[in-house]
Amino acid sequence: MIEGILVEGLIYSILALGVFVSFRVLDFPDLTVEGSFPAGAAAGAMVASALNLSPNHFAKALAVPAGMLAGFLAGGAAGFATAAVYHRLKVPALLAGIVTMTGFYSINLRILGGKPNLPLITNNPMLNLARTFSGGLLPPDLSLLVACVLVALLIFGVLDLFFHTEIGIAMGALGDNENAVIQAGIQPGNLRTWGIMLANALPGLSGAMAAAYQGFADVNLGQGVVAAGLATVMLGELVVRSQFISVQLLRVIVGSIIFRALMYAARSWGYLAGITPNDLRLLTALLIIASVAVSRYGRKRR
Amino acid sequence: MIRVEDIVVSFSLGGGQEHTVLRKLSLEVERGQTVSIIGSNGAGKSTLLNAVAGTVPVRAGKIFLDSKDVTALPEWQRALYVGRVRQDPLAGTAGDMTVLDNLALAARKGPRRFRLATPPRFAREMEGKVAQLGMGLEQRLKENVSRLSGGQRQALTLLMAVLSRPSVLLLDEHTAALDPANAEMVGGLTRKFIAEFELTALIVTHDMKRALEQATRIVMMHEGEIIADLSGAEKEKMDVAGLVRLFKKARGAEYAEDRDLLS
Repeated sequence: MIEGILVEGLIYSILALGVFVSFRVLDFPDLTVEGSFPAGAAAGAMVASALNLSPNHFAKALAVPAGMLAGFLAGGAAGFATAAVYHRLKVPALLAGIVTMTGFYSINLRILGGKPNLPLITNNPMLNLARTFSGGLLPPDLSLLVACVLVALLIFGVLDLFFHTEIGIAMGALGDNENAVIQAGIQPGNLRTWGIMLANALPGLSGAMAAAYQGFADVNLGQGVVAAGLATVMLGELVVRSQFISVQLLRVIVGSIIFRALMYAARSWGYLAGITPNDLRLLTALLIIASVAVSRYGRKRR
Repeated sequence: MIRVEDIVVSFSLGGGQEHTVLRKLSLEVERGQTVSIIGSNGAGKSTLLNAVAGTVPVRAGKIFLDSKDVTALPEWQRALYVGRVRQDPLAGTAGDMTVLDNLALAARKGPRRFRLATPPRFAREMEGKVAQLGMGLEQRLKENVSRLSGGQRQALTLLMAVLSRPSVLLLDEHTAALDPANAEMVGGLTRKFIAEFELTALIVTHDMKRALEQATRIVMMHEGEIIADLSGAEKEKMDVAGLVRLFKKARGAEYAEDRDLLS
């Protein structure tokens, strides 16, 4: 149970990091994630299942990592579509995201070969991969957890480094004060495009991992992921206050694990309070409202 | 060097109506010269600065910075030549980022690289620069800019505007939102930086005394046109009372025209 929560928390924390980049860093309310997450799942599952069938052991071992890369790229492509619509047609961010998200529903169906879902041939390729890497040293569940920790830490490390580079600083300033970025002689549109691509590539990667973990990709996987991601980001902000980007990134991962734990609790023991799995979306919504309310109240008192 | 040739700036009021803010305005400012721009509200002073910086497009005319025709360049490309401080202390800095990060953003113009933005060497260098402001900000490089006072933030914005050594400095009532002590301090820093970096500066102000003190040339605007341009001996002889008389004369001429028009 605890391994399950942690693994899910870590996989979905990468999605939430994407939401953090768009909503918090870029100040760009991006709904594209509802399309880029399943796009990553679909692309990842297709690549992983193709490589899984290969007789070559090397290709087989690369099935999940290659799927993750495919998911990353598919998500980035969805982000590019939103950025292009936003900049070229000068439509509001929300509309640009809705357009891409709607279009990607069909694109995702095409990626999945016209079927709404795709089971992965071997049950849980992620687990197989983790087992291969641990060389049987660790029990399967634990090796999967270690693999997810490593991936999440890698993503965290790369993002942390990125936001300390010149480009990362400029991206942070863009969401804060676009004028300051223009005064620095930087084209704000291009910078925002890269940012939106990153903010969707991460959910794509997360989608590919989720598909590998669950053992299937589904075109409806994206439903509600923006809200889940936002709830995660806000939970993190509630638990840890900081102005430092490193802590802000790390607390997204913490928030994700808490969010998954709350969802797990609601699923497992919710029946005691009359809560069914159908109520989970309502819980997510209430969680967001509660997070905003608590942070407002806390700010007033300070 | 700034050269503005017959620029026209107008805004659409909707319904086919247009409001012309600058009417074929021309102005040439040589390298290293500081010009105070004065005039009543709505004279087009800020619009002139916006046109030079590229924030508003011109309908006609040409703009040169350092002898280069920049009329067609967008604002972010013109920023290579231009440092800017506006009236609002919040306008030039990213409040949710640290002082050091803001300085890293402003230290260089142009595209960014995948390179650590604030290595220790850069931080040490900036400590020295920020110490020049005399506000103790060198102790607060890791604090968010939103925690600074208006005066501190405006002094930082000024430093950021000149840090990359642009050739042109545009200041739009940049001390107007500050209390007298801070305004004095930022005004002093402005003179210091203009001299140190040999900047060509346009300074919009409503403060006649400061306009006379800080510049070697005074340009008075009214209704989108330059109605007086004082430099050399003419400027040296001028005082606040003289400027006010000039103002009134311009106003009087306007009323005379109105009467002519109506009769």
